Formats: sequence, C-alpha cells, structure tokens
Amino acid sequence: MITFMNNSDSEEEPCNERTSLMSAESPPVPSYQDGLQASAAGEAQAHRKRRAGSSRGPNNIAGGEMSGSGVPVRESNLENEEEELTLKYGAKHVIMLFVPVTLCMIVVVATIKSVRFYTEKNGQLIYTPFSEDTPSVGQRLLNSVLNTIVMISVIIVMTVFLVLLYKYRCYKFIHGWLILSSLMLLFLFTYIYLGEVLKTYNVAMDYPTLFIVIWNFGAVGMICIHWKGPLQLQQAYLIMISALMALVFIKYLPEWSAWVILGAISIYDLMAVLCPKGPLRMLVETAQERNEPIFPALIYSSAMMWTVGMAKPDTAARGPGQQTWDAAEDGREHLRSPSHAESQMSETRSPVPTHPITSLEELEEEERGVKLGLGDFIFYSVLVGKAAATASGDWNTTLACFVAILIGLCLTLLLLAVFKKALPALPISITFGLIFYFSTDNLVRPFMDTLASHQLYI
Amino acid sequence: PAFGLFIFTIARDPLRIIILIAGAFFWLVSLLLSSLIWFIAVKASDPQDERLQKGLLIFGVMFSVLLQEAFRFLYYKLLRKAIEGLVALSEDGCSPISIQQMAYVAGVGFGLMSGAFSMINLLADALGPGTVGIHGDSQLYFLTSAFMTMVLIFLHTFWGILFFHGCEHRRWWEIAAVVIMHLTVSGLSFCNPLYVGSLVPSYLLMAAAAAWAYLLSGGSAQNLRRFVLCKC
Repeated sequence: MITFMNNSDSEEEPCNERTSLMSAESPPVPSYQDGLQASAAGEAQAHRKRRAGSSRGPNNIAGGEMSGSGVPVRESNLENEEEELTLKYGAKHVIMLFVPVTLCMIVVVATIKSVRFYTEKNGQLIYTPFSEDTPSVGQRLLNSVLNTIVMISVIIVMTVFLVLLYKYRCYKFIHGWLILSSLMLLFLFTYIYLGEVLKTYNVAMDYPTLFIVIWNFGAVGMICIHWKGPLQLQQAYLIMISALMALVFIKYLPEWSAWVILGAISIYDLMAVLCPKGPLRMLVETAQERNEPIFPALIYSSAMMWTVGMAKPDTAARGPGQQTWDAAEDGREHLRSPSHAESQMSETRSPVPTHPITSLEELEEEERGVKLGLGDFIFYSVLVGKAAATASGDWNTTLACFVAILIGLCLTLLLLAVFKKALPALPISITFGLIFYFSTDNLVRPFMDTLASHQLYI
Repeated sequence: PAFGLFIFTIARDPLRIIILIAGAFFWLVSLLLSSLIWFIAVKASDPQDERLQKGLLIFGVMFSVLLQEAFRFLYYKLLRKAIEGLVALSEDGCSPISIQQMAYVAGVGFGLMSGAFSMINLLADALGPGTVGIHGDSQLYFLTSAFMTMVLIFLHTFWGILFFHGCEHRRWWEIAAVVIMHLTVSGLSFCNPLYVGSLVPSYLLMAAAAAWAYLLSGGSAQNLRRFVLCKC
C-alpha cells in the first residue's frame, strides 16, 4: 500500500499534484474448508486487492496544457501557491480520508459485535496452513510465524506477477482478473454476509427477494466500480467491499497469525514501496511513465474527475470539453482534474488557455483529491475488527486502536505532503494500532476496570 | 452533550477534527503510561493486601492526573508549533484557527476520550440483562456514572481553555489552579459511593471553571444577558 504524491513528469509543470495514493494489497480470498473451485477466483481475488495503485498527478494533463499556454507568470505564481496549498488543503484531505476509513471500521466493528458468524472459527484459509490449536505456546508461535511466511510469500508472488503483467501490457488479462474477483466479492460475499445478518436478527427473507436484492446490489456495484458512476456511490461500494474482505479475514485468520501477519505486512509494505526494486514502486513508476491511471477497483479516491452539472456558467463550456478529454483517458480516478464538491465550479486545472488569471484563482480553490488503496482500508479494518472481536477490554481497546489508526493516517498524510512521493500507508498506522492494542488490552484494561469498580475517576 | 458539542462546533472544520483526534490520542498515551506505572506497581506488590492495593490505586489515580496535565502541556507545545506553521503557510498571514479555538478543541478531545473510556464499557453492559446494585451497592450506579462522566468531559474542556490561556500568558497560577482542580475532582471521586460528596462539589467546580473560561474567552455578563434575552 503506498501513498504517493505524484509530481508530474513534465518539468514545466508547476502545479504539483498532491495526490497520494496508497495501494491496496488484499490477500487472497479464503478458500473454504469444504474445498472450493473458488480457489482460482481466489487467486484473482487475492490479487486484485493486492495491488499497488499509483496515483498520478492529476496535473499531467494540466501540465501539458499549461506548457501549451505558456504563461510564465502563472507558473511562478503557481509554484509559490503550490506549497501553501499543500498544507492548506492538507486538513481537508485528511478528513476526506478519515471519513471512509471510519465508516469502514464502524461497519466492521458493528458486524463483529452483532453477528456471531464472524467470530466463530470455522477453519482456516488455505494460505495459512498451520493450525494454531497446539498445546504449547512455542509451537503456536512457530505456527503463526510459518503462517505469516506463507501468506507474505503468496502476497509477494502475486504482486510481482501483477507488476510483470502490467509491464508487459497484458491489460486484458488484468482487467479480466479484476472483474472476476470483484464479481465474486460482490456477489458471493454479499450473499453470505446478508445471510448471516438476517440469521442474527431473525428476519425471514425468501429466495426471490434475496436474489433480486443481491443481483441489483452486485450489478450496480460492478458498474460503479469498473466503469462510471456517481462518486459517492462508488466510494460507498468500495467501502463495503473493503469491509466484507476485512470480515473474511477476521473470520478466517487464526489469532496470533493475524497479528503477526499485520506486522509483517506493514514491513513488507514499507520495503515494497520504498526500495528501488520494490514491486509496488515499480508499478507506480511504470504507471507514471506511461501516464496512465491505475486500475479502478483497487483504489479509493476521494475526488472525482468531473462534476457534472456543477459548473459555473463561464466554466460550463470547458466542463464538457474536459469531460470528453478525460473520458478518453479512461480516468475515473484520475486526479487530473480534481474536482470538488465544495467549490461550486467544475474544477480542472487544464483549461488554462481559455482562462484568464481570475479563473486561476478559482482553480486554486479546487480540491485535490487524495487516493488510498483498498488494501489499506482492509488492513485497518482487520486490526480494529480483531481488537473488537478478541479483546476482553472490549470497547476501550477498540476505541484506542481506532484513534491510533487515525493518528497514523494523519501522520502518513503529513509525510506525504512533505515528501511528495508514493508512501506506504500501512506501517505507521498499523504500528500505532498494534502498540495500542497490546498495551491497552494488557495494561489499561485492568486499570480501568479497577477504577470503574470503585467508581473512581481520573 | 459532549457529542452535541462535537457536532455543532467541531465537525464542520477539518482542522478542528484533526486537533480533536490528536488531543484524544495524547490523552490516551497519558493513560497508557499511567496504567503502565500502576500495573508495574501492582505486580511488584502483594496482591492480598487490601489496603496496599487501595493505596496503590489512589497513587495510580493521582499519578494519572499529573500525567494527563503533563500531556496537556506537551500538546500545547505541539499546537504552538503547528500554529506557527499554519501562519507561515496561510495566504493572508493569519492562522485559520486561533489558539483559543485550539484550546477548546483540545479540551473537548481530552474530555471525549476520557469520557469514552469511563463510560463505554458501562454502556455496553447496560444493554445486557441485570439489575443494578444487587449486591448491596448503590442502585444509582449508572446514573451517577453518567453524570460524573459528563461533568468530567465538560471540566476537561474548560481546563483546556484555562490551561492554554495560562500557558499563553505565562500565568503559572492558572496552570497550577487547573492541576489542583483536576486533582480535587479525582480525589472527590474517592468519596463514591457517597455520591453527594463527589457529584455536588464537582458540579460546583465545573460551574466555576465554566465561568472562568467564559470570562477568559472574552465573554462577559453583558454578552450573556444579551444572549439569553435573544437580543442582537
């Protein structure tokens, strides 16, 4: 998972995009113990989430056009303002990411707390072959470490495979794989989830209704994620599938393995993104060189390319123009023209040639969106969900982990603003989360329990 | 009420949300450290000795209060640096958020976190079956806990304002007053379950702190009157 801020390739581009992208890595789909031919789809699934997305500077296009218009004054202005905007809008972006992460975590925690299914142990994934039901502590530890090694190597293999596919331009294959896996996620997992929720609340639903509901949900989801759709709906779907995936992990990963895997994943993320030969970094750089967007369905973006119908009268003319141009680029997620809900205009950086300086000021108001990979969502939710499921301190631990993850996210975004290149989103948050989980569970809980029993307040 | 505060005053501005979460984080860290100390002390001592345990608990509480205030101070330092950064980056040379607002938000952050930690397990248990006070404890446990938590949240908010104001203007007595008030309130909670001993003074202290913070923030009796009478 990388967060990355892309400086666009062209030098004459003064406007830097601060899109940060964090790539998502999602581990393979669980294959149920009753054996499943979904293992193939599982690979797809696994891979799908496991990708690193690169965020591209939305300014690539803008850059091109800027140079076309050749306005040096504007360029220098923009350079100065760039820095300001970097941090000025930092807060907004952080919130734009807080909200979905929070929502995802809330969904996961709510489900864990209410639906028994996800805390029952019904077997393990094929990717964690060693069982944890061993009599001795040492054996259990060893098994969990071995599980982690297996899982991480699967992840590495998948990522490298994906990078190779991307490098050799086997786009059709990748797309097909992504579509297959998102299909499976949307339909199969939703069916299971819905079934369990209905069981928990003892609500009866007949099969035809169920079929219609799931069909609609899945079909709209597919369209939204892989093609075009309203931004909020797309975001909602991405959040939902992240939550579903996280729930699956929480259910199927044995306890100690889960924690060790979380730790190992963040280390892997750190290395994969920052080392020069890391697969994720190569993916990002390749995407940048080719000036292409990263695949949809793997990244959560907080801003959209165009806002239809929100153009001010004078910018309305360029609105459609921009849209077709962007559509041609196949970018739903490109932040080439970050547009924003709050500002009342369709923002694009590019249509500078037709606009005088005043519109430049308007452009300065625009939101640059921030992108976060779906795997990050998933792992954050796994952490919080595991805390909710297994901690005996219950809500305190969950709350502590939640705050820790949000702070980690803040810090990561701050670093992003400072470094302006792709950064891994997992390590800081997961480290904080793990520290807080273990310490809250073991240290704070007895303290708070004793305080509460005497009704003392600190 | 604390959530009301949150929704109406903080949720609009993203910067405030960040400050809030960071405040909660600082409180959490202070809690962590203090419980670490307490834990070590407990493990190192004899678990059978009741009086010793109680004494250790009291020690833990006091230490925790002091740590919380220390972390409030650290947070203040951090926010000062942040404000300088924000001023440097803003377009018109003045910070988008003032130190008083930050003080308020930090206070709310501390308060929310402390309130959450105090109440949330209680609430979760309250959803389940059971009778309050069946073993001879007070039947008002939940109610008093709720009120105590609320007063503590508000107090944290006011203390935040007072504390930051004291730090800003270098008035050490203000800071000392905040610390003493905190210690007092925690100490009063030792009177539980004699609730009249803990709740009433706490509320009085809260009213005093509220008035003080209000005056410091630039309010006055006149403003209050105008507000209440809905004049403009």
